[in-house]
Amino acid sequence: MVNGHPLTYLDSGATSQNPISVMEAEQEYYEQRNAAVHRGAHTLAVEATEVFEEAREKVAAFIGAQTDEIVWTSNATEAINLLAYSFSNASLGLGGPSARRFSLGAGDEIVVTEMEHHANLIPWQQLALRTGATLRFIPVLDDGTLDLLAAADVVGSHTRLLAFTHGSNVTGTINPVAELVALARKFGALVVLDACQTVPHLPVDVKALDVDFAVFSGHKMLGPTGIGALYGKADLLADMPPFLTGGSMITTVDMAHAEFLAPPQRFEAGTQRISQAIALAAAVDYLSETGMDRVAVWEAQLGQRLVAGLAEIPGVRLLGPGAGADRLGLAAVDVAGVHAHDVGQFLDDAGIAVRVGHHCAQPLHRRLGVTASTRASTYLYNTTDEVDLFLATLAEVAPFFGVSTGANR
Amino acid sequence: MSDLQQLYQTIILEHSKARHGAGELTPLAEAVELGAASGLRVAESHQINTTCGDEVTLRVSLGSDDETVTELVWTGEGCSISQASASILTDTLRGLNTTEARALLDNFREMLRSRGKIEPDEEILGDAAAFGGVSRYPARVKCAMLPWVAFEAALIEAESH
Repeated sequence: MVNGHPLTYLDSGATSQNPISVMEAEQEYYEQRNAAVHRGAHTLAVEATEVFEEAREKVAAFIGAQTDEIVWTSNATEAINLLAYSFSNASLGLGGPSARRFSLGAGDEIVVTEMEHHANLIPWQQLALRTGATLRFIPVLDDGTLDLLAAADVVGSHTRLLAFTHGSNVTGTINPVAELVALARKFGALVVLDACQTVPHLPVDVKALDVDFAVFSGHKMLGPTGIGALYGKADLLADMPPFLTGGSMITTVDMAHAEFLAPPQRFEAGTQRISQAIALAAAVDYLSETGMDRVAVWEAQLGQRLVAGLAEIPGVRLLGPGAGADRLGLAAVDVAGVHAHDVGQFLDDAGIAVRVGHHCAQPLHRRLGVTASTRASTYLYNTTDEVDLFLATLAEVAPFFGVSTGANR
Repeated sequence: MSDLQQLYQTIILEHSKARHGAGELTPLAEAVELGAASGLRVAESHQINTTCGDEVTLRVSLGSDDETVTELVWTGEGCSISQASASILTDTLRGLNTTEARALLDNFREMLRSRGKIEPDEEILGDAAAFGGVSRYPARVKCAMLPWVAFEAALIEAESH
């Protein structure tokens, strides 16, 4: 219960709620198998290592990757930073001749898009600052989709890296991965896919998408916080220098040098997020048993119901493409004359949890002419009744704040 | 009155639209120079609420001799609480001396941070007492405090001139 009402949770784009099986998996691990993995020969350590690596296998299979192509990270943000710092280290000459393909310098270009979450923007800004490379971006059109004509001009022979989101966390737009990958391939650029908003909601096959790297977070896909993953093509990961260094990622060490393990261990320094990995695997089991096709169909229905309903509310502007367009089950809106923070407060009073603010995408909001918006994001557990309650409550916002919508109400 | 109506009292909603004291800010260096010529110490502070992006820039003009807050001008954008707070601050603090203004600010802050335990004192706070409902919403206290924090910082700056 929230504020005297049953909770209507429409903030899964930020973080999802967890099934009992996920919480039990974490508890079972601590009760039955807790030990450090990849070290120690005692029975518990062996069992812990087994379940930890089984979790990797499950998560890899879930996105169509090979097991050793999944690197555990704290979240997607850390996964992108891992890439950026590995490339940064390659630019300093670390990793030897085979790492040169990741080395950046003056004249090289990193391309992102104007709709990126800050997590897929700032690490690249910083990488550009460290290496002297130039950061460019593919602009967004008025309707919130990527300007693909402009993309063909932005991506060119200087482009070394193209990083973009699979699905926008603000507009719900699903980007044309194949087209962008083809563009990058033409110039031999590496492709990084931010799959935070798609791996939890759609069937995603990284091999079919043919991206070089992809990142996602566990807590957005029914899993716990503190775990995410980097997918990288095996041959690329094999050539990358490490980011974090220390225990568990080396073969031989003397006082001046260290030799590193093969991926994924090379990128997993220190004691790992064992219980979280196991709980994330339980989340993946839950999603697989439900069927990602069914999840996608259900959320597409909720998404269409959302945008169709929003179009009926006077004074409410949907950010991004409207009904009919292929979209995720989320929608961000601007309510004329009422700040998003006030909209969110009004909804919270009715027990409805939504996200307000810029959703870590300030450039996109600026591009769409607003500083903040109110976002409702659904997941497999949401119902049409919840969407309807959100819509009905949102319709009461402007009258409460004394804003005239110009409609006869 | 529901909690929500307590939070969004009519006076707050009115001030969020009326925006007393809001206006274009001339370049600061110009204003400082112009103020100095007429015996005023001018300073400003820009505050941002990183959780929601609310922004307020508040400019204070302080008498050189008598320590009076003679003028307050601000620009900003954000939620109704932050904008109404800037508007009410302007009405409340203009004309007070710095000691009075600081005492009022301290009272306002203490009331806001009390999680609803301290009833606002209308005698002291005037219209700013309307923010009493905000103190039950810890996430919104920053919104109401934003212009007051800007005032506090600008005042210190003006006094250093």
